[in-house]
Amino acid sequence: MPAFGSFALLLALALSGYNLIAGGIALRQLATGARGRVSPERLAETARRAGIGSFFAVTCAAFALVWAAFTNDFSVSYILHHSNRALPGPYKFAALWSGQEGSLLLWAWLLAAYGFVLRVRHKVDVKLTAYASTILSGIQIFFLLLLNFAAPPFALVAGTVPQDGFGLNPLLQYPEMVIHPPMLYLGYVGFSVPFAFALGALMMRYPGEKWIHITRRWTMVTWLFLTCGIFLGAHWAYSVLGWGGYWGWDPVENASLMPWLTGTAFLHSVMMQEKRGMMKSWNMWLIFSTFALSILGTLLTRSGLVSSVHAFAQSSIGTWFWTFLVIVLAVCLFTFVLQRDHLKSEHKLESLVSRESSFLFNNLVLLAACFTVLWGTLFPVLSEYVQGNKVTVGAPFYNRVAIPIGLFLLFLTGIGPILAWRSTSFKSVRKNFILPVVAGLVTAIVLIACGVRPWQDQGAFYSLMAWSMGALVVTAVGSEFLRGAGVIARHTGQNLFASMFQLTRRNTRRYGGYIVHFGVVVIFIGFAGSAFNQSAEQELNFKQSMTMGPYRLVCQDYSQDSNANYDTEYAILDVYRGDKKITQLAPEKRFYQASQTTSTIVANHSTLAWDLYVIYAGKDPDNGQPIIKVFLNPLVAWIWIGVIIVILGTFVALTPNMTAAFAASRSRVPVGEAPALAASKGGD
Amino acid sequence: MRRLFRFSQLGLVVLLAIFTMGSADTAVRYNDLGHKMMCVCGCGQILIECNHLGCPDSDRELSELRTALSQGKGDTEILEAFQAKYGPTVLAAPMLTKFNIAAWFVPPAVLLLGIVGTIALVRKWRLRTVAMPAASQVRGFDRIRDQIRKETEL
Repeated sequence: MPAFGSFALLLALALSGYNLIAGGIALRQLATGARGRVSPERLAETARRAGIGSFFAVTCAAFALVWAAFTNDFSVSYILHHSNRALPGPYKFAALWSGQEGSLLLWAWLLAAYGFVLRVRHKVDVKLTAYASTILSGIQIFFLLLLNFAAPPFALVAGTVPQDGFGLNPLLQYPEMVIHPPMLYLGYVGFSVPFAFALGALMMRYPGEKWIHITRRWTMVTWLFLTCGIFLGAHWAYSVLGWGGYWGWDPVENASLMPWLTGTAFLHSVMMQEKRGMMKSWNMWLIFSTFALSILGTLLTRSGLVSSVHAFAQSSIGTWFWTFLVIVLAVCLFTFVLQRDHLKSEHKLESLVSRESSFLFNNLVLLAACFTVLWGTLFPVLSEYVQGNKVTVGAPFYNRVAIPIGLFLLFLTGIGPILAWRSTSFKSVRKNFILPVVAGLVTAIVLIACGVRPWQDQGAFYSLMAWSMGALVVTAVGSEFLRGAGVIARHTGQNLFASMFQLTRRNTRRYGGYIVHFGVVVIFIGFAGSAFNQSAEQELNFKQSMTMGPYRLVCQDYSQDSNANYDTEYAILDVYRGDKKITQLAPEKRFYQASQTTSTIVANHSTLAWDLYVIYAGKDPDNGQPIIKVFLNPLVAWIWIGVIIVILGTFVALTPNMTAAFAASRSRVPVGEAPALAASKGGD
Repeated sequence: MRRLFRFSQLGLVVLLAIFTMGSADTAVRYNDLGHKMMCVCGCGQILIECNHLGCPDSDRELSELRTALSQGKGDTEILEAFQAKYGPTVLAAPMLTKFNIAAWFVPPAVLLLGIVGTIALVRKWRLRTVAMPAASQVRGFDRIRDQIRKETEL
């Protein structure tokens, strides 16, 4: 099987090479009108088929590696180091991305899969797809070169093959780890597709904005994957690392956030290009930057450039990534300089108080946030270069610098939707803003009355701001929904909820977007709760108890267990609220035999108000007493609920619009009146 | 306009007051300083959040922090003492000294420049734009135009 896998990777490289060269020649011939022995159309078709073939070849390689994991083939060095006989099946599958070589293979496979879909659907726009396919094959070649020469996943063990493997990193033996990395990679890799389309459109001087329509779904789906990947990672950190938090501003976390921020900016500003033919150069560079940041993220993870808790993924392939990044940026810059006259705006901004301006400021703030994260991540390296010593840039820096930017962004989330395109009159601004601003102020007053003291510490101040802004945004978005639904209700006689549903169906992109904004507010509400986290640590013996907030934890038992993969020690704790027992928690500490390492399994009782987060920290080495650490983390559940709302909103935005005529027939309104109803259907 | 300016001044004063009115309670300072330093064992965690049982460093660091607080030392003095003993990486964020100032001021400066640049750009574009015809004398013209724009999403 290792030989089969290695051969499949070589074949994939050859096919991708053919795709790039033949595709490049064909496109050149099409552009210049030159003809060779084979017509450019036929040559481009063979290149497309080679690209499809490379997907099957990479799939075979990925299958070979998974097969080796499931059959305990420890002659393969990668399997020896990332699996063992007792490892449960799902984690053997996850071994595919648990190390350097495997995760590169996953990247190559996902890229090939995206390329496969793109090439199969080439009839959407044959020429543009041919450009995108050729560019994608260039990216694919880079990863296949890495897999064939720098980090081969099928390298064999020298000498005697051990009977058992060294096992999977215990931190990765958690259900979410089976889906978090693929989600994140689907996001990283997915941005290659809009990047390839954008670069292709620029190269061929694509007329009009159709390429944006073609890539819109790709971009949104990719953004959704990256969002899910980031929050699955946050949930994993919360559930496994046992420090009571979900985001530590680790360089690798930051690396995933940066392309997300620029990708979000692109999703917003691209609407200005679609609707008003503006910001073409800006959008081009946004998608270039998003792709470059995806590569930079991988570079940071792999090169060891910055210190990270993800150090297990470090290796020497950083140079390869640097080279690739420089080539990508050089190609982008060269193409842009050559074709920049194609990107002239058709309109200019007419007013600072308009939807366009709000998009512009939204972009600015998102990019400032991205720059802050990049600056904080790379500052230790810069400091070492300038001052000769490294410094740490951790949570206090980001809390002080990034949170105000985040709050400004939240504010823009609220005001953007209530501004009209081109310009908004002062009277209209006043009318639309009064209710949201009042909602924000009332929320602030109520919170202060309830005991939030923003003058006592910075965390409370930021939390108050976040909740007040949240109220402002929800009111602004809600009033937009109600206004539109009111128009439909008046015309159709439906109730308000049915009208809101129909309104959303008529313009899924706009109202799906509002649902996403609502989800973002819910996430911010959850983030703001972290200012009021409490924690306590105590030696807790049999029948002893400790109190945390409204809860009392009583220790019922300590026990041990063992299976082929790990030994475990756990505490059994009854949780009381008042005199009523509400649940039983069993935090664990595991010892993995193959890797000889320990891992914490957190027990969490989650409610809308707070999480009771309990860790069994093990026994005190001095007196042998068991130690329990308890956190009371307010509003954490809101973060995960917010993410679900964001996902739902994105799905709504991806759904095709219901036509006005269909809507009229559904609501039993004569078709002749449908155009009037269509007035309530706006753009984005 | 003058009233708006006065309100802005008042807002600024309130904001400054909020940021400067921190409680000086020792427990609060312990928690605050504990969050401003790192555990030096290599786990990469904030000192007060280090959750390694039997960690060789965090207990010692926290006990040194408690001692320093009981001796009545100021926050900066304590942070400098830790930095001198464990090196600059013990601080969770750089202090406002020499080159490290750049860490704090560059991101807000970039945002500010971006905002000023954007406003300047929009003003320039507006000056270049062909003048719009004079507003109609129809009553409620602004309201009707806003409604049309909002509903048709031009």
